[in-house]
Amino acid sequence: MILRAEDRVAVWGITGRQASFWTEHMVAYGTRVVGGINPARGGTTHLGLPVWGHAAEAEHIDVALLFVPPTAVREATLDALSAKPRMVIILAEHVPLHDMMIVHATARRAGVRIVGANTAGLVTPGEAFAGIMPAFNDRIFRPGGIGVVSRSGSLGALVCLNLVRAGFGQSAVIGVGGDTLPGTTSRDALDALEADPRTEAVVLLGEIGGGMEQEAAAFISGMSKPVVAFIAGAASPPGKRMGHAGAIIGGAGEGYAAKRQALEDVGVIVVPTPGDVPGALRVRGI
Amino acid sequence: MNLEEYAGKAILAAAGIAVPRGRLVTSPAQAAEAASSGPIVVKAQVPTGKRGKAGGVRFAATPAEAAAAASALLGSNIDGHPVRAVLVEERLPIQRELYAAVTIDATTKGPVVLLSAEGGMDVEDAAARGAIRRLPVDILEGFSIEQAAALIAGLDLDTRAAVLLVYLYDAWRRSDAELLEINPLAVLPDGSLVAADSKLVVDDASLARQSLMPIALPHATAAEARAASLGLNFHQLDGTVGVLANGAGLTMATLDMVRHFGGAPANFLEIGGDAYTQAKPALELVLALPGIRSLVVNFCGAYARTDIMAAGVVEAWRALSPPIPVFFSIHGTGEDEAVEFVRRQLGIEPFDRAEDAVQAAVVAAR
Repeated sequence: MILRAEDRVAVWGITGRQASFWTEHMVAYGTRVVGGINPARGGTTHLGLPVWGHAAEAEHIDVALLFVPPTAVREATLDALSAKPRMVIILAEHVPLHDMMIVHATARRAGVRIVGANTAGLVTPGEAFAGIMPAFNDRIFRPGGIGVVSRSGSLGALVCLNLVRAGFGQSAVIGVGGDTLPGTTSRDALDALEADPRTEAVVLLGEIGGGMEQEAAAFISGMSKPVVAFIAGAASPPGKRMGHAGAIIGGAGEGYAAKRQALEDVGVIVVPTPGDVPGALRVRGI
Repeated sequence: MNLEEYAGKAILAAAGIAVPRGRLVTSPAQAAEAASSGPIVVKAQVPTGKRGKAGGVRFAATPAEAAAAASALLGSNIDGHPVRAVLVEERLPIQRELYAAVTIDATTKGPVVLLSAEGGMDVEDAAARGAIRRLPVDILEGFSIEQAAALIAGLDLDTRAAVLLVYLYDAWRRSDAELLEINPLAVLPDGSLVAADSKLVVDDASLARQSLMPIALPHATAAEARAASLGLNFHQLDGTVGVLANGAGLTMATLDMVRHFGGAPANFLEIGGDAYTQAKPALELVLALPGIRSLVVNFCGAYARTDIMAAGVVEAWRALSPPIPVFFSIHGTGEDEAVEFVRRQLGIEPFDRAEDAVQAAVVAAR
């Protein structure tokens, strides 16, 4: 799921204001954007790129990047899947859960990875980015050896900034998103970073809610690369949704203490504040 | 949105599932009137599963007893929820209590139908003993009567139970529900099934297309209700350090930093996503909190532009001129303009590290 410069990216909803802004940045950064989709504007061009009505009209697509609003995600994903991309990135927040279940069931049948929903996207510094992360801001993103996995765009950006200030760079930044039913889990992202030759160590940014950190811990026990983690939500009350749909403590296992324990049990350094991440990497010899 | 029992039962009844005869009332006099035809049960309408054990369900044989029960419950507080209405229902001749539910399985990312022959108040124990049957459903295929029949096999139930499960699944799908649960599902002497209770949690992201859904009774504080009307994610906490940040993850992390440095956060409030232009009303909400003694503004802009957020904060700060100190840390998209703006307009130097801004706010709140 690591984005590469040769990946052919198509943008659903490309003609929108935000999509246009970010598409221009993606192209300038080096992302190979091959065109966009807008059912009402097929056959036209936008930002100098072809616009297709449906995925079936497009040439080969590796990555479908969905800039469409939440209630249009289900239809856009079904369309994107017909192009048989390697993955579909869903940026929208507040996608109806039943729509996401249909998205996941359909993508599973098609053998296509879903990233998101409610993700800020993927960044491979110095190579390409897809989504709404300011990869072009070199105070936050620089090429390097640290893989970053995050459920949150803003917290991911702060930690990437801390890494750059400490002299580190990133091999890949994977936003798994804040949705309740993420298509790509932290475990999946760790799997990709473990296999990535440029990644020396991994920073895992988790959150209260769900069981992704425990699932990640089970995978980390067999990993060769060091992992440092920060889990957001130690001070959050149970039973309340902390902004992200997925960030709600249901059972005891979904709270901070259980997640921290699961990660520490497999040798992960869990830091108390995001600013402590670079120091912990140094402790691990990076 | 967690709906009260009466609203969930309306959804069940519309789906073809039997519910007890009953009336939602808000006064003891109405309760007495609703109890005129026999023994009844008076149930507090609060969205919590701890109602039974907290004394929120009372039995009454006469209208006078019904009025007394309603009088005791109305205005009381159950598990943090004020009781604004009670449901007065006929008492059922229950022979067995089952448990039936449809929810989302996070592992399969699809529906799962749950059934247990051991329903009632201690269903958690049944779950712990593995006495709940689970059937994962392919949402593209739906849940068939054959699957339902397989799920009830060996539990001494007939086709009526299988049909009920299919209706329950359909109601769950149609309601965009996260959870639709019947506990207990009462078996009467004639073998018929009645939903004696219901729990319905509707996906908040689907409320716009669930226009016929009964409205839940409001359970937010005034500030939380105001935040919701502005499209902001806000929770009132009981600390002294106000927090304003962008994005859910960063906001949670900022609360964690407050706690880490020995302070107590006064609120959770994120203005990320498209709400990043709402910095001014967001700040007004935080400053109105009782007990707030300092404020930390922690921005790290990716999608959100810190220059726009900072301009909103500065505008609100000057308009309100609150008698508390404020500490900033600003990074990311629009950082240079935002830092310069805060410096020039408020004469405040933002901290370089977020941790330092938070620590200063914690010290100032002491």
